[in-house]
Amino acid sequence: MPDAQSLEETRQGLIVRDLSFHYGPKTALDAVSFDVAPGTFCALLGPNGAGKSTLVSLLTRLLVAPEGVISVAGHNLLQSPGKALGDLGVVFQQPTLDLGLTVRQNMAYFAALHGVSRRAVPARIDAALDRLGMRDRAGEKVRALNGGHRRRMELARALLHDPKVLLLDEPTVGLDAAARQSITDHVHDLAQQGLCVLWATHLTDEVRDTDQLLVLHQGQILARGQAGELRSADTLSNWFLSQTEVPA
Amino acid sequence: MSGFWGVARAIIGREFLRFIHQRGRFLAALVRPMVWLSIFAAGFRATLGLSIIPPYQTYITYETYIVPGLCAMVLLFNGMQSSLSLVYDREMGSMRLLLTSSFPRWWLLFCRLMGSTAISILQVYTFLALAALFGIVLPLPGYVAVLPGLVLGGLMLGALGLVLSSFIKQLENFAGVMNFVIFPMFFLSSALYPLWKMAESSPLLRDICALNPFTHVVELIRFLMYLQINWGALLWVLASTAVLCLIAVWGYDPARGLMKRKT
Repeated sequence: MPDAQSLEETRQGLIVRDLSFHYGPKTALDAVSFDVAPGTFCALLGPNGAGKSTLVSLLTRLLVAPEGVISVAGHNLLQSPGKALGDLGVVFQQPTLDLGLTVRQNMAYFAALHGVSRRAVPARIDAALDRLGMRDRAGEKVRALNGGHRRRMELARALLHDPKVLLLDEPTVGLDAAARQSITDHVHDLAQQGLCVLWATHLTDEVRDTDQLLVLHQGQILARGQAGELRSADTLSNWFLSQTEVPA
Repeated sequence: MSGFWGVARAIIGREFLRFIHQRGRFLAALVRPMVWLSIFAAGFRATLGLSIIPPYQTYITYETYIVPGLCAMVLLFNGMQSSLSLVYDREMGSMRLLLTSSFPRWWLLFCRLMGSTAISILQVYTFLALAALFGIVLPLPGYVAVLPGLVLGGLMLGALGLVLSSFIKQLENFAGVMNFVIFPMFFLSSALYPLWKMAESSPLLRDICALNPFTHVVELIRFLMYLQINWGALLWVLASTAVLCLIAVWGYDPARGLMKRKT
């Protein structure tokens, strides 16, 4: 039985309860429930078509589910969307950058969309870029950046308004091994510093044994727990395949 | 509250930055009405006799007659261009950034609308300056008096663009939809001929034109240019703007609207 303190802590992270969503007759998510506490790196692992993107759309209010509850840092997404989205940082799978604008212009636009005061913006942008070693690229047009730097910039941007929950939807798609490693390590560090992280992926090598793991398959949570305990003696990749295998 | 203005400034500023980067768009927006004015109108001048109709108090040349219609055409094309860029933003992903802002969605859409309207008005005034070089000059206070009409017309046509962008699934479908919106709206209006002239050939066409909200944008602009208010046109444009804004907000509502199919 969790004590009151840990319940309160979880409340400050991400809570999803009985979330269902249908596209016409097709069920995309079926009564999905899970919690991610602050300071946790939670990997949402699922094969293509498992419902990850639908879940991300629901968590970011691009879609609204008729059933279920989503709470971000204690704010109900349906009842207080402004507060909930204000505490949520998102890196979408598809890039969301204005290629014709500079790194700084892109970040300033985002900061305004989240109500960061105009005076605070330059210092916040510098600090966010510093964290990812990109300060010297601030004046460059995004079009001139390579894929790895664009992704790092999107990550820096997602942290600009000091969110309590960070949501990343397959953020390493299309990146080379070094860039993938760098971004995965950085986000693990952020979780260690207290951020609540939900990392949606289908790549098992991005998940560490100490990470919390949710396996989403055909719209349902198939397994949950610590990655190392779930995979036991097997590799995570084999264990994941065995869990999500569809009989021929 | 300052956050709301900060968002407005950022969204409108971004629209301007993008507009500045698209020099071809600016050029096209000017060339289009100038071609109508300098070629089409010149050709029709001799064949089309216009009687004295309000707000004009004397006989006017055909070029003078079509200037308000061409101003409205700039607003129409820009509204559609804005719609196109919304569909593009959705395809490219940057729409998600806008819609996951912590500010209310209606405000985000309204800011977008204000941005596209501001750009439209800039283009209209540039066109009016070029038209003046061609000798088509309005009464001087008319240049100021027309501004509220341009704002309202720009908002109405921008809202129409928002509505269309929530219906159009992908960029490829855009050209087809444009043909069913721009051409009927423009040609079935009083932009090129007065309604009484239209009635001579077909009373039905005249009635269709009279129902077309674009006709009322044109007339609102025309009357304001000559320091008069066409109340009927004003009410028609206000009502159309309100209805289109409501449909746009509905279209972009994540729970009920049309975004469900494709975000």
